[in-house]
Amino acid sequence: MPATYEPIATTTLGSAVSSYTFSSIPGTYTDLVLICSNLVEITNGQGYIRFNSDSGSNYSRTVIYGTGSSAASFRQTNQVGLNVGMDTSAQRIRMNVMNYSNTTTNKTVIDREDSGTAATVGTVFLWRNTAAITSISIQSFDGSASIQAGAVFTLYGIKAA
Amino acid sequence: MANTFELIASSTVGSGGASSISFSSIPSTYTDLCLKVSSRATGSFPQGFMILRINGTTPGNVVNRYLTGNGSSASSYTISNADGSAAQSQGATSTASTFSNGEWYLTNYAGSTAKGVSSDSVSETNGTTILASMIATLSPATAAISSLSIVIGDDGSGSLSNFAQYTTAYLYGIKNS
Repeated sequence: MPATYEPIATTTLGSAVSSYTFSSIPGTYTDLVLICSNLVEITNGQGYIRFNSDSGSNYSRTVIYGTGSSAASFRQTNQVGLNVGMDTSAQRIRMNVMNYSNTTTNKTVIDREDSGTAATVGTVFLWRNTAAITSISIQSFDGSASIQAGAVFTLYGIKAA
Repeated sequence: MANTFELIASSTVGSGGASSISFSSIPSTYTDLCLKVSSRATGSFPQGFMILRINGTTPGNVVNRYLTGNGSSASSYTISNADGSAAQSQGATSTASTFSNGEWYLTNYAGSTAKGVSSDSVSETNGTTILASMIATLSPATAAISSLSIVIGDDGSGSLSNFAQYTTAYLYGIKNS
């Protein structure tokens, strides 16, 4: 049976940081899956995920979310990263990065974020860049060392064959 | 490189139905768990919710935050006194031979912190009573998860129902190394 859904790298933060980067991502998979748990950004409750260190206004998103009392949807363009929640109640993120290593298409991401006490969120992101993704950074909103210790980041690769 | 997303156990409901589906003695050697379920209930309702109980408990303090769409509108609400996480199940009065499709994802299930669970589920019947749901769950209990069980939740009449024949559940372990 061919191997698929392989762990590429993982870390558990031992101290607060401003960012963590998965670098030198091999181009041999079809899709990537990023799982973040116990993710808390103590200053702003949110942060960015960026590809290949790109902090330009090259990202956009369409979001549907429920707060537990109301549901809504919105979209944002020309953002400086994939804006994700890192709220104060152990945020979980599951992010599917489709066809990440091709050099023909812009990159699409399907994201689910959950916090048991804040919101449940579904998002489609677009990174307007046709480059293969070789690094993924999880960063605090304002660059301060506010992503708390205990956060767990794991990157998996899914191979189509 | 290690292969992950391994099948731990599976269950298929036989003739006569089942009051619950259970997985016990879950090894603690994985990082996350993923439970995929295709469900139909024997209760007389078009669709309802399954409840995922952790370690056999019914604590009554699990918080579920719902985001649902019924084909004409979206809504969100919170249940703060649940016994477990939730996902949809088809009921006996829905279109024949249709089953819901759902997945629970449990991060860091073997750790000693409060447990976060995400569920995505749909019940599509080519009819007017359908639902697509995303649910965020926070279970305050900190014990490592060693067992999971699913029951059909309250259908509004105060009664539980059984799972119908051909309901399936597959429990996978995902290891990060």
